[in-house]
Parts: sequence; C-alpha cells; structure tokens
Amino acid sequence: MRFGVVIFPGSNCDSDCYHALKDVMGLEAEYIWHKSTDIRGFDAIILPGGFSYGDYLRAGAIARFSPVMKAVEKFARGGGLVLGICNGFQILLEAGLLPGAMMRNDCLQFRCHYVEVKVENAETPFTGECSPGQILRIPIAHGEGNYFAEPRVLEELKRNQQIVLRYHGSNPNGSVDNIAAVINREGNVMGMMPHPERCCEGVLGGTDGKFIFQSMMKYIGWSLPLNPATQGRCGSRES
Amino acid sequence: MEFLVKVEVTLKKTVADPQGQAVYSALRDMGFEGTREVRVGKLIEVRVEGEDREHARSLVDEMCRRLLANPVIEDYRLEVGVDG
Repeated sequence: MRFGVVIFPGSNCDSDCYHALKDVMGLEAEYIWHKSTDIRGFDAIILPGGFSYGDYLRAGAIARFSPVMKAVEKFARGGGLVLGICNGFQILLEAGLLPGAMMRNDCLQFRCHYVEVKVENAETPFTGECSPGQILRIPIAHGEGNYFAEPRVLEELKRNQQIVLRYHGSNPNGSVDNIAAVINREGNVMGMMPHPERCCEGVLGGTDGKFIFQSMMKYIGWSLPLNPATQGRCGSRES
Repeated sequence: MEFLVKVEVTLKKTVADPQGQAVYSALRDMGFEGTREVRVGKLIEVRVEGEDREHARSLVDEMCRRLLANPVIEDYRLEVGVDG
C-alpha cells in the first residue's frame, strides 16, 4: 500500500506525515514534489499542512495551480483517496474538490493546541475505524480554519452526511456548524483542519490520529502493517 | 497596449469580517467614536497587455474568477486605466 505525500513550496507537515505513515503505521510512503504530473501507483494521496506559497493571496489559492494538482484531481475523480490536512484542506477547497471556503479564525488568533472532535460520520474511508459519535483528541495549528459554506451548500452537506468531524466542546475558529472536516459527495476526498499526523505516538501526547490512517488502510484493504517493529503498536482501539 | 487594471477584492457583505471587526475596535479605542463599520479588503494591481480596454477588462475578469478572488466568500471590482 503506497501513500504519497505531496510537497508544495511552503509545506511544513510533510515530514510529520511521512514519519507517521512510514515509521509508525508501517506503510510505504513517498514524497511527491509539486512539479510532478504523474502520480500513478499510489493508493492514497495526502496534501499536508503548512503554508504553501506563503499563504499569499488566500491560503491554498496558488498551490491549487501547482502541476501536481491536475494529477491529484484526476486521481480523485477516479475514486482515489485524497486526504487534505489543514493547508491541504484549504487547497482542496480552492481546487473545488470540496465545497465551501476557509476564512480567518473569528478570534483572529493563530490557534495551536489540542481540540476534541466528534465523529459525525463513521462510515467514510477516513473514519471507518471509529465508532459513531466517538470523540477524538487531535491537535490543531492554524490561523485560517473558519470554514464557511453558503446555507444552501451547508444543507446539502448535512443531508448527505458530508460533515465528518465537528469540534466538540468549544469551537476554536468560528467555523459554521462547528465543522472540522468535510468529505466530498462521492466519499473519497476529505479535508480536515486537525493534524492526525501529529498524534500517532504516545510520546507526542496522543495517538488518536492513528484512527484516521488506520481507517484509510482498512478501506484500501490492508489489514495490518508488515513492519514487525510497528506490530502491536497499530490497530489498538484502546490507545 | 498596456493597461493598468486595479482589482478591489472584498469579503461579501453577508460574510463576517473578523479583521475589519478588530480594526473597528481599535479605532473606537483610539477615540474615533464616529466609526460605524470597517471592512478590510485587498487591492491588486495588474499590468496587462490588451487590444483595448474591454479586452484588458475581460482578461483580468477571468483572472479574478479563476484566481484573484474566491467567489464563495469574496466580491471583486475592476477599474481599467491606461498605463502611463
């Protein structure tokens, strides 16, 4: 199972994703430079967090025109799994692969701390290993995570169960309807503001991020990592 | 011909503008009590080659639709001048 982690100029969570996928989950992971136009052979693509193109103009606005995005769009239209984390989520919105837009946090602060999110839809390829209503503890780190969608679009998202994660307890950025993650109508492209790659090991303060990656692995059809060093550390729901 | 097109990008009226809110509060705190509302936008200047003004306008209009503005949350206005 091969996961590709796209690197845009200004990505800064690419190494974290790579480490979580390869060293913790025991997956085959590869970096994909944003100039690549061929992403054949991957089972899933991760658009990592960071500040692609310095967030110039709008977060994600310029990255969406990177050469690799044409390939990512094609991959997504063909049913491939695409996960956008933080800036990756912003890029998916700008690219039109997900509905809505991202605005500056209503508190105007850059928020960098753990949040609790509630799994609203546990039947997606990204949350299949969670139980419905489960609370996950995952850190956020963003200044523009204030998700917005027009009322008509919001209704559609609700109707189709496209709201996958909602902030639980307090909302750190003012997002409409406490939205922390949305998925496309087809169910293969998800964007989330929290960073699962930052909480896959106990030493980092939490392991709930593994639920997301394990769900993707299960969906793609791979039961457990082959790397013996990671056996036993993955697949535990108690973590 | 070369034209200087000024693009004004603003958040839609229906969208909350936390930046504008913060500036509004600061101005009020500074003593500008008559301040009623502040909204923060962007000014983008594009120098573009075009056959005539209309052509230049349509080019920059397309730039706005595809990159310079996000139609979900932003409005834009164009002003075409002759570059001198």
